[in-house]
Amino acid sequence: MQIRNRAFLLLGLFGVVTAGLTGCKKGGDAAADADTIVIGEVAALTGGTATFGQSSHAGTQMAIDEVNAAGGVLGKKIKLVTEDDQSKQGEAGIVAKKLVSREKVVALLGEVASGRSLEMAPIAQKAGIPMISPASTNPKVTETGDFIFRVCFIDPFQGTVMAKFALARGWKKVAVMTDVTQDYSVGLSQYFKEYFTKNGGTIVGEQSYASGDKDFKAQLTSVKEGAPDAILASGYYNEVGLMSTQAKELGIQAPLLGGDGWDSPSLVQVAGKSIEGSFFSNHFSNEDTAPRIQEFVTKYKAKHGTIPDAMAALGYDSAMILVDAIKRAGTTEGKALRDAIAATKDFEGITGKISLDAKRDANKPAVVLTIKDGKFVYVETVAP
Amino acid sequence: MDQFVQQLLNGLFLGAIYALIALGYTMVYGVLRFINFAHGDVFMLGAFGGLYVHKALAPLLNALPWPLALAVVMLASMAICAALGIAIEYFAYRPLRNRPRLNVLITAIGVSLFIEYTGQLVFGATQQPFPAIIPRQNISGLGGLTVTMTQVIVVVVTTALLIGLRYIVMRTRLGLAMRALSLNPTAAALMGVNTSVVISFTFGLGSALAAAGGILYASLYPSVDPFMGIQPGIKAFVAAVLGGIGNIPGAALGGMIIGVVETLVTGYSQKLGIPSGYKEGVAFIILILILLFKPSGLLGKVEREKV
Repeated sequence: MQIRNRAFLLLGLFGVVTAGLTGCKKGGDAAADADTIVIGEVAALTGGTATFGQSSHAGTQMAIDEVNAAGGVLGKKIKLVTEDDQSKQGEAGIVAKKLVSREKVVALLGEVASGRSLEMAPIAQKAGIPMISPASTNPKVTETGDFIFRVCFIDPFQGTVMAKFALARGWKKVAVMTDVTQDYSVGLSQYFKEYFTKNGGTIVGEQSYASGDKDFKAQLTSVKEGAPDAILASGYYNEVGLMSTQAKELGIQAPLLGGDGWDSPSLVQVAGKSIEGSFFSNHFSNEDTAPRIQEFVTKYKAKHGTIPDAMAALGYDSAMILVDAIKRAGTTEGKALRDAIAATKDFEGITGKISLDAKRDANKPAVVLTIKDGKFVYVETVAP
Repeated sequence: MDQFVQQLLNGLFLGAIYALIALGYTMVYGVLRFINFAHGDVFMLGAFGGLYVHKALAPLLNALPWPLALAVVMLASMAICAALGIAIEYFAYRPLRNRPRLNVLITAIGVSLFIEYTGQLVFGATQQPFPAIIPRQNISGLGGLTVTMTQVIVVVVTTALLIGLRYIVMRTRLGLAMRALSLNPTAAALMGVNTSVVISFTFGLGSALAAAGGILYASLYPSVDPFMGIQPGIKAFVAAVLGGIGNIPGAALGGMIIGVVETLVTGYSQKLGIPSGYKEGVAFIILILILLFKPSGLLGKVEREKV
């Protein structure tokens, strides 16, 4: 005990000395820190799921800019520090650590992919700073600890939505293609299967692949044998795009079903006509006529020249909820901020009315979209 | 039965591409006795070369019938990559020619990483769709089997290049020089073979083949990114070793075997009860078995170390 205390004391002393030293070195920064709040963001700006990170970052940045233009929060401006994890497993944890220890961020925003959010979550939890994921739908993400939140629905819900949707269309036989290297895809397939088989559907084929694979003909040839009415492709857009072209080449006419991992313009660019008539669940539709949403769409389009996708809307919402919580907490201290985020209720977000439940997940409806003439077209809304 | 034949076909078409990349590995090894690990990245550059040539010449190419457009894109990209291959050899490998072989091998890994990350800087890390130069349509009249136009072109082009390569190596003076160099570089030099020119030529030829492979691969799987060369590169390397490295028909055979095995394992994994992610594992197990019983590869000649 004695020894440990002394070690701590030494460490503490060391900390004070180094802090003093660095303080001396860049006194200017310390002064600037007094009137800015630093928020960290981890996003996949490059790599396999780059459109996700680019969109969610654009949404997040837009929210922060708006807040700053309106005078900031608690009398301070917000500074958003964004780190790129290159869509790589392993990299998200490294950059999150860097944001926490070097940039001393008060909160973390990100990631879109569940697998990478799962790397960030323990770091935020351990540091005692809140983390809000805009779009990670795997339940395990917020189970990491009480500092981890999300502003989107979770996969059990998303899986159920697509299973319900398939059953309602009279599709009783579905084959499943899972990206076994992505927690998101594995979870989505599992929840889809659970609901689907319990309610009278049959799974006529189960195939797996890995992110980065390009040839799916072997799996699809086996899938074809089962003559499915539809195929659940629970992975991300890049592989789904290639899978879709190859399915059509093999003469599979069944539509593909998927989740929010499809939401990228790349999907249509790669898949072309083959993806027409397939369906996926998503967080929001930019065709929604609600004035709040159309205002967001117009602002986003004016700034970025493109129509916002769900990731942009979720990025925007995650930042706005964080700012709202900072305002209500009146401080950026970790514990108080956490409690304020947890108390978020009926927040009017772009992706719906957001209330965070006891599991720190957002309860809100999903929309089902289809691809028609190369565009994502709204089909229906499914409430939780 | 239909399903089995279909899987076999899927595997053969995939194998044709592996074969094309494997040729480059095998040729460089045959002449220089070292593995050019940057080969998979030249393959990637070939695909991007095709993409950019197509972008630049789009109005002209759209007016041409597609086989001609494909030929233009392919020859242009092959020429670019041949030049790059020669440059890589000149700047990275030539200064190390009389050093231990391990130095060159490690340099090759460095060159590979250099190309990948420079590629990320120049092309961006995001996947880009590859234009459909070959019309995306199926060949009809095969009953329940599906074969696409792209797959047919892949096999036709691979076969043509294989025959062309065989002709160059066996029937031309440069080919003769290549074979002489592969047999004994010192003796070849003493007999008046200009080794530098022959080595440059070998690299250029190998890189051009990689470029052709890159464009065909990108036509089959129309999404290109700076890291697309890694996976096929490794598989083709395995294929080259499997067939007997340094042996041209061996590389082709190895490619086909890897392609078919991979496809069959993936296709029947559900029935066999093994996860389809093990496809690479099975390919490597076959490699290990073959190397255990025939260390020189399927068609490789046993070479005794001369003391």
